[in-house]
Amino acid sequence: MTRLLRDRRGAFGFLVLVVVLVCALGAPIVTNGRPNEQRDIVATRFLPPLSTDANGAFHPLGTDRFGRDVWTRLVYGARVSLLVGVVAVLVSVALGVMVGAVAGYWRGPVSVLLLGLTDFALALPRVVLLLLLAALWQPSTVLVIVVLGLTGWMSIARLVHGEVRSLAARPFAEGAIALGARRLRVLARHIIPNALTPVIVAAALGIGNTIMLEAGLSYLGLGVQPPTPSWGNMMASGRDTLVNAPWVAVAPGLALVLVVVACTLLGDALRDVLDPSAGR
Amino acid sequence: MLARLGQRVLAGIAVVFGVVILTFLLLHAAPGDPVRLLLGPNATDAQIAAQRDALGLNRPLAAQFATWVGRFGRGDWGTSIAKGQQVRQLLADAWPATVRLVGLSLILSYLLGIVLGAVQAARSGSRTDTVISVLSVTLFAMPGYWLGLMLVLVFTYWARWLPAFGAAGFDADYLSGRAWLVDRLRHLALPLATLTLIGIGGVARFVRGSMLEVLHQPFITSARAKGLTERRVIGHHALRNALTPVVTLLGLSLPALFSGAVFIEAVFAWPGVGRILVEAVQARDYPVVMAATAVSALLVVAGNILADLLAGWVDPRLRGARSA
Repeated sequence: MTRLLRDRRGAFGFLVLVVVLVCALGAPIVTNGRPNEQRDIVATRFLPPLSTDANGAFHPLGTDRFGRDVWTRLVYGARVSLLVGVVAVLVSVALGVMVGAVAGYWRGPVSVLLLGLTDFALALPRVVLLLLLAALWQPSTVLVIVVLGLTGWMSIARLVHGEVRSLAARPFAEGAIALGARRLRVLARHIIPNALTPVIVAAALGIGNTIMLEAGLSYLGLGVQPPTPSWGNMMASGRDTLVNAPWVAVAPGLALVLVVVACTLLGDALRDVLDPSAGR
Repeated sequence: MLARLGQRVLAGIAVVFGVVILTFLLLHAAPGDPVRLLLGPNATDAQIAAQRDALGLNRPLAAQFATWVGRFGRGDWGTSIAKGQQVRQLLADAWPATVRLVGLSLILSYLLGIVLGAVQAARSGSRTDTVISVLSVTLFAMPGYWLGLMLVLVFTYWARWLPAFGAAGFDADYLSGRAWLVDRLRHLALPLATLTLIGIGGVARFVRGSMLEVLHQPFITSARAKGLTERRVIGHHALRNALTPVVTLLGLSLPALFSGAVFIEAVFAWPGVGRILVEAVQARDYPVVMAATAVSALLVVAGNILADLLAGWVDPRLRGARSA
């Protein structure tokens, strides 16, 4: 941990994510707490950043076309974006570890089948699939999580498969078998924990990517549905008011870029710290 | 070599087939009825049943699928339920636009990304390296549709230089020669810039890593010991060897690039396959969705095979040797 924070990239990424997380968790405290609140629309819409409206409410990032506070929506949107990113990645990690471990440990037809499935899924155009799934069922936050989770496990499965195969041949794994441990136990207790390092790195990088995809789906109107704020649908609504009120689209975009950069840098730093042999 | 190519083509066909079957099943498993959408809320049950019959939606799924594959193979891709146009015509008009956009941005982002990555690796640890690193991570993290919006904001609304949507102006049919070309290029500028910029980041990051690895190898030391200039060592010896994984990345990044193009096409109303797909999905336009998915899967698979051949050309050691 200290080594991670001594790395400049790691420290930056960690700091950004902590700040965003604290804001998201403490949303009612750092904002006015009502992301969908509308007052007098005509008087309060399209207020530029740093302005105070007639009711004396201060809007650090201005208001959108319904007079809603952009900062408040941004923070509540962070809750949705982070939740979707983290949970979807957890789903793909669970799936990927399962498929990869089984395929790597049990050779034979099972392995061939699972690897074939992985390669096939990897070759599918992900966004096309996302579009189909999201458009054909009623769009919702849960659906977005499921869809992103189900389409993101393949690279993790590949990673785990390689690790497990090489670990299974190591003396400690054979030793555990010789001591009479069941194969499933050896896999779960001895091999998988040792194979997790690259998975942690891939997950850190994956969270950024997933948040971006969620925003993309919401941007097309196929993800999180308004009025629930998400960075994607905020950008989409900002698109229509780009001329009058560019800040509505700029703010969530900047927030998104910041978080994804943080995830990427943290992932890079994690890889260097956890696996010094990989070099750069 | 040929046997390997044949294998790859077979695998590619299997993938395309899989995509099509999956799409077919998803379309039919999903709630929402295209016939109801087509006929509107006032249609009577009898009208709906008649229309369903006319479209052949009453038959068993397997039979519908077999019919579709047969017709698709013969070049009869059906009629769009929403637009009434021939699907084949719709896509024939669209795919060159997508290939033009994706192809050009692929070339540009790889050229620029390779140059940036090579410069970084050559000056690893310097301020230039850090600045480019920050830049490429930021670009890498930028969602294409948002970058597109920002470019529209700056170049269309503020500077009023470039058009924000479409592939040609309203008066395009009356233009000729230079004016026609300028009109096309002006419309291409923003979507191409967006797609290229978001591509550069990933390529530069990858080339930098790959170059640094190569630069630590003994043959680089010996090239330097021979007294070659640094420029020649980097350009000729290091870069060439660092490019093999980059070419492989090219194949792998094609699906991602194509995905990116779907969003970009939606933002800029670029008349490509991606936009048709988004519109068709929203309208539950079965024939169009099926054909557009098949065509995009085909484009991606073809790109992958092309990249594979290219990798063999860059690195002769890979020819025929690689099995996985």
